[in-house]
Amino acid sequence: MVTPLAQAAPSLAGPSALTKNGVALALDEVPRLEPDAFRGHCLGAMDSGARLSALFVATVEEEPELFAVLTDDTVGQLAVMRGRIQSGGYTALSAEAPQAQAFEREIFELHGIRPEGHPWLKPLRRHLALEKGSPSPPPAHPFFRVEGPGIHEVAVGPVHAGVIEPGHFRFQCCGEEVVTLEIHLGYQHRGAEALLLGASPARRLVIAETLAGDTSVGHATAYAMALEALAELEVPARGHFVRAIGLELERLANHAGDMGALAGDVGYLPAASYFGRLRGEFLNLSLELCGNRFGRSLVQVGGVRFDLEPRQIEGFLGRLSKAAEHVDETAAMMFDTPSVLSRFERTGVVSREVADRLGLVGPAARAAGCPRDVRKDHPVGAWSEVSAETATFETGDVLARGRVRWLECQSSVEAIKRLVHGLPAGPVSVRAEKLQPRRIAVALTEGWRGEVAHVALTNAEGGLAAYKIIDPSFHNWFGLAFAMRGNQISDFPLCNKSFNLSYCGHDL
Amino acid sequence: MLEILKNRLKQGHRTLKFPKETPKLAERYRGRPIIDAAKCAADCSACAESCPTGALQMHPPRIDLGACLFCPACSSACESGALRFGQDHRLATRTREELLVDGGEAKLAAALDEKLRKLFGRSLKLRQVSAGGCNACEADLNVLGINVFDLFRFGIQFVASPRHADGVVITGPVSANMRQALIDTVQATPQPRVVIAVGACAISGGPYAGSPEVLGIPPEIKVDLFLPGCPPHPLTLLDGLLRLLGRIEDEGRISSSST
Repeated sequence: MVTPLAQAAPSLAGPSALTKNGVALALDEVPRLEPDAFRGHCLGAMDSGARLSALFVATVEEEPELFAVLTDDTVGQLAVMRGRIQSGGYTALSAEAPQAQAFEREIFELHGIRPEGHPWLKPLRRHLALEKGSPSPPPAHPFFRVEGPGIHEVAVGPVHAGVIEPGHFRFQCCGEEVVTLEIHLGYQHRGAEALLLGASPARRLVIAETLAGDTSVGHATAYAMALEALAELEVPARGHFVRAIGLELERLANHAGDMGALAGDVGYLPAASYFGRLRGEFLNLSLELCGNRFGRSLVQVGGVRFDLEPRQIEGFLGRLSKAAEHVDETAAMMFDTPSVLSRFERTGVVSREVADRLGLVGPAARAAGCPRDVRKDHPVGAWSEVSAETATFETGDVLARGRVRWLECQSSVEAIKRLVHGLPAGPVSVRAEKLQPRRIAVALTEGWRGEVAHVALTNAEGGLAAYKIIDPSFHNWFGLAFAMRGNQISDFPLCNKSFNLSYCGHDL
Repeated sequence: MLEILKNRLKQGHRTLKFPKETPKLAERYRGRPIIDAAKCAADCSACAESCPTGALQMHPPRIDLGACLFCPACSSACESGALRFGQDHRLATRTREELLVDGGEAKLAAALDEKLRKLFGRSLKLRQVSAGGCNACEADLNVLGINVFDLFRFGIQFVASPRHADGVVITGPVSANMRQALIDTVQATPQPRVVIAVGACAISGGPYAGSPEVLGIPPEIKVDLFLPGCPPHPLTLLDGLLRLLGRIEDEGRISSSST
């Protein structure tokens, strides 16, 4: 369905096509702007409070073009526009709008299109020296260095001490204090976007489910929504509800695990141990629902593969309530312990202003007082009928990011109960249909780390012409780097856990 | 302190009696596939066509468990009931070839030889390297450390440095950007060492097979234990590790068609 909106939100007023989450636009409706107009509109929108959900280059007709998706959370609108690229470059947005920094580095790296005036135009994922096969190469692109008396450098990774994903952290320290942190990623790059574009429909779905393996439902839902929008497919209400249940189970499992990891990092072992077990209780509920602890194979284009059957409901809700009760008791115990609080409070502070300027999403943003949440701001499917209370905190520190997770666990449990009790009758899925030609669709879901955005474009034959994936971590890694400034380097593991960002979701 | 003690009592004892007793997994859990080739229609290859990773070969049907994501695409496509997923979590093998299963008998991972069992049987320290993994295999490896599975009671532990390790656990399809770090980590692990490949990505590339950005485990790294799944269930992981150390004493053979 192509349903352009008449009235633009003040932040988005200007030459762009307006749409909503999960509603496709005809490509011809998306205005093609001259470089100055594109830049002016993007910067103006961000200045007036809109967020940059996506910025990328795609070639649908002959020439590569810039595409931007700007999001106004107050009215649930998305503005889509495209910009002409002149002589292989354009004037960077990043100098004025830091939330564009990673997008523009990606554009430069993937397409060689230069964002002129970008303050730190390093490739985002490529490791050129490694590609030449030298055994332990100097970085092809030097790290930011601070010089002066007492300054020293600490390098960590890619292989870390724990069972976690690889990334490299380069600290410039003055004694114990971190002056700057540069985060160098790309180790997990699997070429997911390119692979997805050329893959069979069955293969695409499993790629979507493994973009960030702890956000399988979040990414698979965004993928399915994008394709459903392009095919003008109406997903049955029950399918939407089961997806939402899967999404909240994913949130619960990860938030419980994160609270345990925070406890572990400050040596508060009872909570570390109990949360570790409780995380498993939620994973096992996903297993009950779809046969996989990580929610794989639940979502498909057109709906879901598995129903929550009436005979399952009593046991399912019973186990959910029991686990929720234990989460509450353990969290209450942890957040009431002075030795824990003394480590959490005022550590890794991100102010509301910084969170807005960097375009942070999810619990990291809500912990700094930004109330954004796709379920509330851009509701589709079950979220148009059932709400999940948005949890915010004001202090922007490790404590805030921990407390927001606890509050979100509580609201997720309540949301699941409402979803289960309100399960509409009928089928859970419909057959997938052919994609409509020359369309663009933006699909947003609130994954447990924040906004998951997928943008899909079709060509004149109705095939996928471009596919862009933005994991919430893509926005938030810069927030972690910022949070570390002026903190002790020994607090890095704690700060890192409080964000718990995805390496593979960023690297794709 | 009183609160902590009260909470401790309420949490109770959670550790499984595994391997003496195996807990029953959820009804929808998809474990070892069960194939009854006799039911296969001569001209049907619906299962193979539906598979997202090409893990199925036809006539007779054979599944490569190393490429299988244990999704229900094939079993849903199969109308004759020749193929379905069972509840058996035991999937570990010592060779890549043994992951190819048909309806016949399957061989589970055999224990290390006498000398290595003497070294590692009661203390096995592992270094983990995620090389393009999606964090699901990593997460369920971490889960082995929680009190439910309690990996440490078997003397198995993940350690921070390859210099402290007896073996390396590899997850992910081995991204080009991680290849060198993986080789360095394996080489930094003292000999004799074991190498364990966990998950479809590490074994076959999984959903990422064929991407120019993934290279697979370099051939010079010999894998001693294959633990398939996407991700493998923690019980699959634990079963495999204990079999490798000779701490599960059964004949290690299962009939795929009868379970």
